[in-house]
Amino acid sequence: MAYMHIGKDFVPPDVNGKVTGRIKYAEDYTREGMVYARLLTSPIPHARVVNIDASEALAMDGVFGLLTADDVYPDGEPQSTGLKVLTNEPTLVGEPILALAAIDEKTAETAISKISVTFERLPFVLDPLDSLAEGGPDAYNGGNTYVFRQGFASEKWSADQVASFRAGNEPTAEPQQTFAYGDLDAALAESAFVYESTFTTAGYPHQSMEPRSAMAYWENGKLYLHGTSQSLSALADGMASIVGVPQEDFVFINEATGGGFGQRARANSIPSMAIPAKMSQKINRPVMMRVTRDEETAIGGARQGFQGWIKCGFKADGTMAAADLYIISDNGGKGGGGDAYSAADCISILYQTEAVRFRGTSIGSNTGHRGAQRGPGQNQIAAIIAPILDKAAEELGIDRLKIRQINTPQNGDVGGASRTPFTSAYMPEALKMGAEQFNLEERMARSRKRNGSKVTGIGIGQGYHNAGRSGMDGIVRLTADGRLKVHNGVGNLGTYSYASTSRAAAEVLQMPWERVDIVTGRTDRHLPITSPQDGSNSIFTNTRTNYGAAMDLLGKMKEIAAMELGGDAADYDFGDERVFKAAAPSEGMTFAEIAQKGIALGGKFTGEADLPEELNDFTKISVSRLAGDALMGIYHDAPHNNNPPGFTVTFTEIEMDVETGKYDIVEMVTIGDCGTVVHPQGLKNQLVGGAVWGIGLTGYERHLYDPQNGLPASTGYWQSKIPTMMDTPAKIKTGWVDLPDPENPVGARGIGEPAMGAVAASLASAISDSLEGHLFNSAPVTADMIINHVAGVTSEAVPLAQNNFRG
Amino acid sequence: MNLNLTRRRFIKGVIASGAAATTTGVWVAANGAARPAGAVERMIRININGQVRTVDVAPQETLASTLRYKLGLTGTKLGCNRGECGACTVLVDDVSTYACSVLTHSVKNGRIETVEGLESADGTLHPVQQAFVEELAPQCGYCTPGQIMAAVGLLRENPNPTREEARQGLSGNICRCGSYDSYLDGVMRAAQIG
Ligand code: FES
Ligand code: FES
Repeated sequence: MAYMHIGKDFVPPDVNGKVTGRIKYAEDYTREGMVYARLLTSPIPHARVVNIDASEALAMDGVFGLLTADDVYPDGEPQSTGLKVLTNEPTLVGEPILALAAIDEKTAETAISKISVTFERLPFVLDPLDSLAEGGPDAYNGGNTYVFRQGFASEKWSADQVASFRAGNEPTAEPQQTFAYGDLDAALAESAFVYESTFTTAGYPHQSMEPRSAMAYWENGKLYLHGTSQSLSALADGMASIVGVPQEDFVFINEATGGGFGQRARANSIPSMAIPAKMSQKINRPVMMRVTRDEETAIGGARQGFQGWIKCGFKADGTMAAADLYIISDNGGKGGGGDAYSAADCISILYQTEAVRFRGTSIGSNTGHRGAQRGPGQNQIAAIIAPILDKAAEELGIDRLKIRQINTPQNGDVGGASRTPFTSAYMPEALKMGAEQFNLEERMARSRKRNGSKVTGIGIGQGYHNAGRSGMDGIVRLTADGRLKVHNGVGNLGTYSYASTSRAAAEVLQMPWERVDIVTGRTDRHLPITSPQDGSNSIFTNTRTNYGAAMDLLGKMKEIAAMELGGDAADYDFGDERVFKAAAPSEGMTFAEIAQKGIALGGKFTGEADLPEELNDFTKISVSRLAGDALMGIYHDAPHNNNPPGFTVTFTEIEMDVETGKYDIVEMVTIGDCGTVVHPQGLKNQLVGGAVWGIGLTGYERHLYDPQNGLPASTGYWQSKIPTMMDTPAKIKTGWVDLPDPENPVGARGIGEPAMGAVAASLASAISDSLEGHLFNSAPVTADMIINHVAGVTSEAVPLAQNNFRG
Repeated sequence: MNLNLTRRRFIKGVIASGAAATTTGVWVAANGAARPAGAVERMIRININGQVRTVDVAPQETLASTLRYKLGLTGTKLGCNRGECGACTVLVDDVSTYACSVLTHSVKNGRIETVEGLESADGTLHPVQQAFVEELAPQCGYCTPGQIMAAVGLLRENPNPTREEARQGLSGNICRCGSYDSYLDGVMRAAQIG
């Protein structure tokens, strides 16, 4: 289909501000009379605050006030998982205990140094398995796990059960969570090759580049909060209730976000932004709270680590007959995350496994708080499963591409725990395209070839994430001058989805892009509710809403033309910013004339009447404030059926130096299957950005804690080892299948998360290949692990260790 | 990134001012009021983006602090404030320098350039900025000013770098969005635009 905008590159309106430094992030704002808040955070992994003596600090010149958990939660802290705004019951180092505001940060810091906080130390635990063992410490007050709707509970295994698991055996304890389909025993019995092992994946922090600084002030009873988010309207919706201000009186300002990756999607993953809001309310001044890198590392979220056991069965023809998983997922200091379930779900989808059983238990540790991080679950398991697939191929004498093709998801298939059909799936096409662009056959001939200390490894990986939601709203307006305004609540965190999804509305009306304004950046510009920009969903979800709103607008435009020029709306066509009689194109009205007429008519044409009944409350407020001044298209997107998958395939060649354990990525080709391509440059960026994350997961990233005192050894970028330009290839080749999805009006599905999983998988596969097919069953696989393997040293001090070195 | 030079300047600056910049990760935005008279002249004139600006600078104040909080040049970003990420990269006498890790007093005689100084008066973007727009190099944009300044510094020294040289030249700038490939595309395009 020939589109005017879809599939074409454009210059998103914020790019100029990004290259000139003019675009503003929360910390770049200032306000007359602004004072500075600083935090006192917990120096202990698990404690109870017994007393706070701030008298000396509060008596200092230039100090304006103190905020504690008692101010924020006068009725007591909620006994639930998740970070609190401030807490008297810290369960991780770095958790904010109190904030103090002063004339400048130096004064605030000096004052904080004069505050005496008495902590009661409580037992802490870093490794979930140590907590699971009978008599082991619990990370939380009231247990080591959180049971939905029941609260904190203590989950314990016998010492023998834990020891047996650490020794590499299938766990025998009752799990918290399960799903299963198919006849697992029969599938395993039918298998010609069965692989069984324990495995681990590491937790590591998000490390968004922009720390979660925020500035707040109150004016005329309204709260204005400059902050950071993945989605303005979704975050504002939740943040208003965290602060305790009616949605009508809350303005969230967020022109740009310096990275999100899952932990800025929802208000409850970034409650620290409520601190300047509450402090400002208390001291009646604008308050800026800058967040340091240490603080961002501590409260910015972390990926769930896995301590798992997997058993996979493959039939002689290569079919993956069975996958049996038991995963202990590390819930960190505040709980949260459903990664383990998603991991099993992902295997079922990516490999169309005939029988799957998942068993999982989430256990806390006094480490960074966990929550969604780019491909939560799907991407950890991607790095574990790919080398297993290679092993099966080797044992069964099947080509490594072929075994993936045999098991590939495709159109008409179902997948996952819920056995949901795909909206569409073009993984076979992606595999073919990637293999060709990579010259797989030629490169495979070099697999495992040694040249001096260098060995070539070839890897193939696949990634998946559910990539689309529905049920959100759209608002577009045609103003009296005939310009199209697309109101978009999607956050500006670097995907450019706020702009590319707006182009679906421009497409419907065939509007030249320079005649379109995207209305976003602050909620008092009146935005519709969006899904949080997480789960790779924005391109699917918000092209649906914007398309729908533009269709509503177009219907109203034709109706107005028919009222003015006679006939029926159905008799009208449009083009070149005019609506005209299809039978007599010279008889028509310009878009501007129609908008003016619509404004004069009011009522349903301007959002004053006949709104879609199901419209979300957040959107209703926006519509009510916009009503009357433009012709308005309003849309509530009804829920869709089926699973819109995002798929990615990656092929990687590495040159492994077996003397150093370091490798160069010689070639990397990564191909997306995400329906119709809406914005090629944006898609390319998601693919290469995902690649860097995938390299991080498989090769480098982990956080470490000192087992004696529970202190984090990783407090910034460097120690958590996020990849630099030198860790990633000088060129990553990208491509896409570009076939439309039927459940999206422009054919689009998302890609952000699978883009990472496929690379993580292909690099794990390549590392394994370069080492004669050795399976580390671990992510990351670091240079020290590689050297130890090559040297034949078994250095794993504590098997399945979590939040510490595995060696 | 000439790290040796940057670090040497930093150490000299510490010696000259009798103070050390914080390395604890605590950000101290300097404030004119609460400071005893230091050993150094507080009111200094510095050349920033071709303009001489007079500014009150505390002895221990980093260049990033002066730029952002005294001069309102918020294009220079702080990702870590401790020399790990390059978000704060500016040019001092054409050398890319972490502004969070150099004391303003130590570079007061230098020619300082920030991202705000690249655009010409008529709004024409610098070739690196233009190339970064055309390649859509930024994602979230938070590391972008640092990447741009590192690229400008590199291209002044080496107007026609190979991709590998560009990779080395920008390797002191972390991008958590992982837009490295697009930044390198941008540098190579900028070299063509000249
Ligand atoms: S802010 Fe200067 S290097 Fe990170
Ligand atoms: S573009 Fe986001 S950190 Fe580089």
